[in-house]
Amino acid sequence: MKNGISKLAFLLFFTTLTFQANAQTAGEGSTYLYTALIAVVAILILGAVLQVADSLMRIEAKNMGMEQDNTNFSLFPAWSDVFKPKTPDFAQNDRVVNLQAGHDIHLEGGAKKEFLNFTPTTFAVKPTDFVGMSPIPKVEVEVGAEVKAGDVLFFDKKRPDVKYVAPVSGEVVAVNRGEKRSIAEVVILADKEQTNYRSYNVPDLSTSRESLVEFLLGSGVWPMIRQRPYDVVADPLDFPKAIFVSTFDTAPNAPDLNFVVAGNEAAFQKGLDVLGKLTEGTVHLGLNAGGESAPAAAFTEATGVEKTYYNGPHPSGNVGIQIHHTNPISANERVWTVGVQDLITIGKLFIDGRYDAERIVAVTGAELENTGYVKTYIGANLENMIKGNLKNDHIRVVSGDVLSGKAVPTNGHIGFYEDQVTVLEEGDEYEMFGWLLPLSPRPTISKTYPNFLFPKYKFTPNTNTHGEKRAFVVTGQYEKVLPMDVYPQQLMKAILVNDYERMEGLGIYELSEEDVALCEFVCTSKQPVQSILRQGLDMMREQG
Amino acid sequence: MGLLDFVKKVEPDKKKSPFLHTLYDGFFTFLYTPDHVTKSGTHIKDGMDLKRTMVMVVLAMQFCYLFGSYNIGHQHFVALGQHVGFIEGFHLKLAYGLMQILPIFIVTHIVGLGIEFYYAAKKGHGIEEGFLVSGALIPLIMPPDISLWILGLAVFFAVVIGKEAFGGTGMNILNVALLARVFIFFAYPTTISGDEVWVAGLVKDADGLWTSSYNWIHTGFFNGIFEWMGWDTFKPGLAMADGYTAATPLSLAFQGGWENVTSVYTPGQMWWGAIPGSIGESCKPLIILGAIILLVTGIGSWRIMLSVVIGAAFTGWLMNMWGAIPFMDVPWYYQFSMGSLLFALVFMATDPVTATSTNTGKLFYGFGIGMIGMIVRVLNPAYPEGWMLAILFMNVFAPLIDHYVLEANVRRRLKRTTVVKRVETEEAATHGAH
Repeated sequence: MKNGISKLAFLLFFTTLTFQANAQTAGEGSTYLYTALIAVVAILILGAVLQVADSLMRIEAKNMGMEQDNTNFSLFPAWSDVFKPKTPDFAQNDRVVNLQAGHDIHLEGGAKKEFLNFTPTTFAVKPTDFVGMSPIPKVEVEVGAEVKAGDVLFFDKKRPDVKYVAPVSGEVVAVNRGEKRSIAEVVILADKEQTNYRSYNVPDLSTSRESLVEFLLGSGVWPMIRQRPYDVVADPLDFPKAIFVSTFDTAPNAPDLNFVVAGNEAAFQKGLDVLGKLTEGTVHLGLNAGGESAPAAAFTEATGVEKTYYNGPHPSGNVGIQIHHTNPISANERVWTVGVQDLITIGKLFIDGRYDAERIVAVTGAELENTGYVKTYIGANLENMIKGNLKNDHIRVVSGDVLSGKAVPTNGHIGFYEDQVTVLEEGDEYEMFGWLLPLSPRPTISKTYPNFLFPKYKFTPNTNTHGEKRAFVVTGQYEKVLPMDVYPQQLMKAILVNDYERMEGLGIYELSEEDVALCEFVCTSKQPVQSILRQGLDMMREQG
Repeated sequence: MGLLDFVKKVEPDKKKSPFLHTLYDGFFTFLYTPDHVTKSGTHIKDGMDLKRTMVMVVLAMQFCYLFGSYNIGHQHFVALGQHVGFIEGFHLKLAYGLMQILPIFIVTHIVGLGIEFYYAAKKGHGIEEGFLVSGALIPLIMPPDISLWILGLAVFFAVVIGKEAFGGTGMNILNVALLARVFIFFAYPTTISGDEVWVAGLVKDADGLWTSSYNWIHTGFFNGIFEWMGWDTFKPGLAMADGYTAATPLSLAFQGGWENVTSVYTPGQMWWGAIPGSIGESCKPLIILGAIILLVTGIGSWRIMLSVVIGAAFTGWLMNMWGAIPFMDVPWYYQFSMGSLLFALVFMATDPVTATSTNTGKLFYGFGIGMIGMIVRVLNPAYPEGWMLAILFMNVFAPLIDHYVLEANVRRRLKRTTVVKRVETEEAATHGAH
């Protein structure tokens, strides 16, 4: 919008210039021109006087302590107020944040709002899903052991308090190892009927924070609480300044959390109540103001939280973006985040007294015959969701969305934090003059393609890089898709040259991989932005 | 995929002949987008890559190439007093223009791409696309009669010292095309400034008169064809028309202000561009067409273009107010149709590598170029044009502007730092952590 106006103004300027040149050749133009110029100058001077008076007024207001965060004491309305999109009715009573930057990638193969009848048989918990965990955690179970849902599987030797537990009851059938004897996954063959739950002594919510934390740690739900910066499992020793929950996901073909939360409203609210005990600050709930209708009642009627609506394209649903616009993270500060389905599990633990790791997973992708939602548990095997459901077998299976998910084998397991599976075509094909005259439509933000004329078109993506890796050349591109006051390209350069001070100054603490995923997608130079950021985050974390 | 199989078959061995392999790779990736797939990070990628970006810029300047080539021939014949109308003697002007611009284009690319290929092979990476744009820009900013050896030397200097020494595409500090021009400007000033270099094909004979001069391609090859077709031919030894001056509007303005300019050229002539000058700079509507392409596709930065316009207009207007020398009295809006201001602001200032990288910085960068360029153009007694020097000057300052923009961002972040509470454990206390 803003870009459009500026471009128009620029063209208009040139047009007037042409007219002036023509007028001048006619001979009569100069007097008109000077009159016009004098008028312009007069307006400018008047504007300057007003501006000075206005600034003085605002300074005065500030000195008197009248100016709160967002009060506008100026004579003029703020630009953002004039051009802001209309606030939907359902968001009228809460704070609304409008985000301009970003891009929604529309892809074929979104999940239909129906449950598919797939029942995965094995489930796995993968230490690699937890950033920063030592590669060889202490495994508490042996192959062949019977486990109940909630029994401890392993823990990190660096942080033995945090237990990682079995999502289902059944038999441990494998402890698979990866490179250098690291533990890749602990696989459980689930019982047909899930009735065997570990029993807990659930504390009352009026108990002290200390004993609540202790219970959460031992029960196995603690890893669901993650910490920003670094996007790692929260440190039980921290007091987070706030806890954030995003109730919508804007990633390509992401699950509709309004659909997912249906039937679990009480558990969701209970989970929020638990979070309220963990911080002295606020529990923030981020809601979608961009939808056609109001979000689910579980979200809009949640209590004990501060609700903020966000209106904008992806990544506005990312919790990192929401933190930035609501309560940004500075050096040494800690903010915790919890996903909606994780929060429901925590809530159920307090309501039913058992570890119910149920997950509703969106099965998506243009290469699947049937898309929809599957009711299963954390770490479900993907094989029977995908086999027999494919249009084509030259595919890649992604646990998560296409921007920041992880590629897994067809018979692999979904990640701990993921509630989406995407299947897309491998793009390992040569394309003649593909850079100049591409044959198939492809998602892009570049206006050298006619995509911007068809904003609703759904693309069938493949994994081709559409070009080779190059040094950073194009500038201003990342800023178009990252709605934050951050200079992503300069931050990436600071990481690449190990400039710690710069990284911290430019806001590395506020970002995680999913936030810069769109930057990586749009990058003309095909730079691996997410892995550069993770490299920087790891360096900062090791520094402490 | 018969062609693909054939092209794959002739692939040279990478170990035995790295240079040939680099060369092959360069042409292969031009012909076919490689089959690379995403490995880590995002699983899908935007359809845009550097090749497409660069080619869009090259396409945007094709109008300047078309007009520029023809205008070389046109100016040549106007100087001789023949075929004075713009489309009279079309075949002669086109043939003459092409014979001037093709060698310039070829020499630029042989030298520039040769160096690119050499360094790509030496460093073991793919051939980068940076020179596509530099190589297309260099001919457009040269006088039509530039000696090819000087041009080759300049391109060599610009690519080796200006770009490869800093690490190649994306790493250079100074605009490569302008560096080539500035090299000639300082090393061989008489070939690129003054009133006599902007019209091609005239030499001084023994009596000190300017006469037309052709080589065997014109007199042998083309005259043969034209005679056979029954058209006009190239005539060597024709004297320059009486009272003809090849002075550019800028040198006229420098000598005697706006009246002096309009006594030779009408504003319309300067706007449409059938006047002497560097090859690509003269036709303003076609440059604006190029600008529109760059703006619509979002490849050229509107921030830079707009702020250069504002900077130049503002400075021009201030000079109008001051009016100490005749040149200052040239109306500020006519400054845009003289010289290379538009060409520089559309194609040179917007180079993303050498401009500032922050959006805020781009506004200051552009304004600086507009202001300094206008000052050099009007106030410099030696040389009445300033955009090359202004852009190179601001190239050097771009990192500094970015630095202050980033510092402001860092300070905003520092302002909100707070004291942090944490559970005190014995271990934390003894280590004094956090």
